[in-house]
This record gives sequence, C-alpha cells and structure tokens, in this order.
Amino acid sequence: MRLDVVLRVVTKLLLPFIIVFGFYVQFHGELGPGGGFQAGVIIGACVILYAIMFGLENAMRVLSVTAVEKMISLGVLLYLGTGFAGMVMGGEFLNYSVLEHDPVHGQHLGITLIELGVLITVAGTMIAIFYAFAGRGR
Amino acid sequence: MVLLTMMAAVVVGIVRLRNLFAVVILSSIYSFLMASVLIVLDAVDVAMTEAAVGAGVSTVLMLAALYLTKTEEAAPRHSPILPMFVAVVIGAALVYGSMDMPPFGAADSPLNTNEGIGYLERSIPETGVPNVVSAVLASYRGYDTLGETVVVFTAGIGVLLLLRRNRRGKAKE
Repeated sequence: MRLDVVLRVVTKLLLPFIIVFGFYVQFHGELGPGGGFQAGVIIGACVILYAIMFGLENAMRVLSVTAVEKMISLGVLLYLGTGFAGMVMGGEFLNYSVLEHDPVHGQHLGITLIELGVLITVAGTMIAIFYAFAGRGR
Repeated sequence: MVLLTMMAAVVVGIVRLRNLFAVVILSSIYSFLMASVLIVLDAVDVAMTEAAVGAGVSTVLMLAALYLTKTEEAAPRHSPILPMFVAVVIGAALVYGSMDMPPFGAADSPLNTNEGIGYLERSIPETGVPNVVSAVLASYRGYDTLGETVVVFTAGIGVLLLLRRNRRGKAKE
C-alpha cells in the first residue's frame, strides 16, 4: 500500500505533462516528428494509465464507454467530412488547397483537421479496447 | 550492430522462456530496441510510433489479456522441426532478396531519384509543411491515411463486438 501511494502521486504529477506532450506531438507534427497517430496513442495511454492507477470506474467517469465509442466513429467522420468539404468547395475529394483562398493555408487547415480525426479515432480505439479487456476481468 | 545483437538476444529469450509475463516484458524491450534502430536510421516518426504503440500500449493490452488467462505457456504438442524449417527457408529467401537492394542512403537508388525527390522539392512550396513525412502522409497520400484510419476504426469495432457479446452472454447465464 505504501508503494501504491508513491505510484499514485507520481502518476498524478506526470499525467498533465503526458497530455500536454500528446497535444504537442499532435500540433507540432507539421514541424517535427509526430502526428495524429502518435498523439492519439499518447493520449490513449494517458487515460489507460489513469485507469490502471485509480481504477476503471474513475476513468469511466472521466471518459464514459459511450463517449469513447462515439470518438472512434467521430474521428473517421471528421476525416471524411474534410474530404467532402474539399469536394463541396470545388476541388477533388481530400484536396485541401480549395478550403481557403490561399492554397497553402488550405493545406494547413486540411492537414490539421484530418490529423485531428486520426487522433480522435486512434485514442478512442485504444481506450475502448482497454476498457473492454479490463471490464471482462471482473 | 550492437542494437541488432541485443535484439537477437531478446528474441532468443522470448523463444526459450515459458513464463508469459516475462515474454511480454521482453517483447516490450524488443520494441524499444527497434525504436532505437529506427532512430539510427533517421526515421524519427516511425520510431515514435514504434515506441508508443509497440512498447507502450500493446504491452499494456498484452498484460490485460494475460490477466484473463494463465501465465505459463503450455508445452508444445508437435515437434518444432517443420515450423523451424519453414522459418529458415523464408528467412533465407528474404536475405537473398535483400542482396539486390541498393546500399542504405544511396543517391542513385530508385527511392531517391523518382518519386521521393519530387516530394522533397514540392512539399514546402505546395503545402508549407516543413516535415515532409507529415506532408506526404496527410496531403499527397491522404487516401492511404484515410484507409489506415478506417482500419483502426474497423479493428476497434471488431474487438468491441467480440468482447461485448461474450459479456452479455455471461450475464444471461
């Protein structure tokens, strides 16, 4: 139990930094290594760590099973939506250059949006699988 | 070379050990070594993925699966000679195939003369994204990344369906 306290305190200290690092990887992915997939895994691992340390019920209160399952499809929908937005604005499917007046800005916007979609789907899937596994053991 | 030797040692350990807990930890170590190899090869994006997915999340999922089963591997029922023969033949074929590959980083390899160099030249003026990996992944190869995301989506839904049905069946009994 004494060890447990150390782990809990360290986890509490680390969690915010892990989340910030996850978002750093997400939004800095255009400049340095990283992107939606890696960031999604980091964010997912963050919730999994919380669930391991503080119990599944507490984690599910932060992020319920329904919310996680919706995240999985929301990410794909965001990705597809960005693709179709390109079509509506007069380009091809997944052509981001038409999203704004300046093609380079459009590319930025498009890449940010689809990376966000990847992040949401990946994080949701990781957490959902972990919930499913951990929920079975009881 | 040191890293590759360590990876080989870890694999021998994985094959010989019967305790699944140790095997899971060793495969996590293997992933970290693989990530280091990828960093040496300057593939930082892939290394990051390997470290996060291979060493991090998949280890946790394996441990969660282990929690539901026994931690000792059963003794093999068949003799290992045939699988070993197949593995050796395929390994030899792969090594033979890699003989014809151009040396790593060669300037005249097909990778560095046709498509690859085009992406390097085009990505900054066309997308304004300094990380070419991101530009190719998200913009030039947007379809492929969409496919990847759908694969993750499908895998998640599949696992959820499998695990959930079982839970409901148990509740009925």
